[in-house]
Amino acid sequence: MKKVQLLKLAHARSGDKGDTSNIGLIARKPEYYPLLKEKVTIEVVREHFAGICRGKVERFELPNLHALNFLLHGALGGGGTVSLRNDAQGKTLSTALLRLEIEIPDELVTG
Amino acid sequence: MKEYIRIASGQGYWGDLPQAPYWQVTKGPVDYLVMDYLAEVTMSILQKQKSRDPKLGYAKDLLSVMEQILPIIVEKNIKVITNGGGVNPGSCRDAIFELTKRLDVKGLKIGIVYGDDIFGRIDGLLNSGVDFKNMDTGESLVAIRDRLQSANVYFGAFPIAHALNKGAQIVLTGRTTDTGLTLAPMIHEFGWGESDYNKLAAGIVAGHILECGGQSSGGNYLKDWKSVPDLARIGFPIAEAYPDGTVFITKHNGTGGLVSVDTVKEQLVYEIGDPKEYITPEVIADFTSIRLDQGGEDRVKVFDMKGKPPTEYYKVSMAYSDGYYAVGTLTYGWPDALEKAQSADRIMRQRLDDLGFEYDEFKTEFLGYDSCHGPISPKQAELNEVVLRVAARSKSFEAVDAFGRQLVPLVLTGPPTVTGFGSGRPKLQEVVAYWPALIKKSLAEPKVEVIGN
Repeated sequence: MKKVQLLKLAHARSGDKGDTSNIGLIARKPEYYPLLKEKVTIEVVREHFAGICRGKVERFELPNLHALNFLLHGALGGGGTVSLRNDAQGKTLSTALLRLEIEIPDELVTG
Repeated sequence: MKEYIRIASGQGYWGDLPQAPYWQVTKGPVDYLVMDYLAEVTMSILQKQKSRDPKLGYAKDLLSVMEQILPIIVEKNIKVITNGGGVNPGSCRDAIFELTKRLDVKGLKIGIVYGDDIFGRIDGLLNSGVDFKNMDTGESLVAIRDRLQSANVYFGAFPIAHALNKGAQIVLTGRTTDTGLTLAPMIHEFGWGESDYNKLAAGIVAGHILECGGQSSGGNYLKDWKSVPDLARIGFPIAEAYPDGTVFITKHNGTGGLVSVDTVKEQLVYEIGDPKEYITPEVIADFTSIRLDQGGEDRVKVFDMKGKPPTEYYKVSMAYSDGYYAVGTLTYGWPDALEKAQSADRIMRQRLDDLGFEYDEFKTEFLGYDSCHGPISPKQAELNEVVLRVAARSKSFEAVDAFGRQLVPLVLTGPPTVTGFGSGRPKLQEVVAYWPALIKKSLAEPKVEVIGN
């Protein structure tokens, strides 16, 4: 097994709904999707975003798009026009998720 | 019935690329141009304008776009659908009719959709038992009733289709769902009914792909942004829709940008919750049913969408005043850029504390260091520069005013080699907060009116 950053396996886009950040995580290749489903769990994401996400984390599957959708509640400092964050809408949280490292089989070729 | 129709996105939000609408109606064939001119709290700004002058309350930017494109859309029979009517679609219509006189354009029919503005009905509704509970916090509206600035129901596609059925070439609405702007022409042209849930879902998905303009045609494309050609001349997306609900997403030939399965995927996952339950006034669309296929260069087939009956409710977007805030920045240069910025922040906070001011929130960030990813950011050692960004929010005008006055003085009374204070004292602004609620559909009726010039 080897450790690989999600950036090599997936791309992403983050959006906002009130104080919740949604991060869509899309496998770069369809064959990476089962690995993402297995390794990028709610617990792993919750721990990764511990300093940012004050509420619960939810995860939904979109197998048709080889994607997972994460909802990070309480991650945007109140959200919308209330938040004082520079990134009030969490536009850069997509790549925060892509910093996550997961273990993958040695034989899987990436990049 | 047409074999297919081409619906072009012209504006994804109020403040989007000004060139886009003109590009869309001149660089290739389109049947419809759809434009979103409202952000979440735009209505409160428009209500204030209307209270000062009853002829205002619509998106004035729309008029400058109309000035550019009106002769073109009339000549090419392109229909325009937009929520730029704001809280005064009637006045917006009148202003466009004035424009037709000046530009010598004849035979134009404009439809308006209104009834979404329930600001004047709030007390009656509260008294009759509608609680407008906040969808996020569960609080009753009564808590902030005296600070409410606007309240608008999100109508959908059917009222717009109704206006199109009555011969409108331009349809101006108040608050409407973004997806409804794109779905409406499909309902009108193909005769889709209220129970055609799969087809309605297809239109909604197409609307979701179009609703952020260039963000589905190569803009903000994370997977491989360097490969996107000629972003300077990005082609906004176009939905080529068929009567059976199949949609091709594309853009005009010769424009920059990129339409691929991957650019469309990134837009599809943007701003969604439970993908199986994408709720609109017309339908609940299942985003896990969508299938994509690259059907050619810059052409993606979107098909197989499924939907189920909608809820009994409309969403209501309300805005209320909630204090004041100000934001300011200063740039610290090498050496010890971060330490100097941190020291400046402590000094500013100490001074405000000594003056006796308190804040609901006082946020400090170091741009260039860890403001995007917070604690997840790897810590860089020797920064060339860092931007200290401070922001404060309070119910007290005086406290935020005091905050604004404490920033620039740091330049001559704080750590050295600091710049970027050219814009002066941070601007004191009102906090306009957002209150999402639901209302039974039976309590809000959309009204449609179509008249010619």
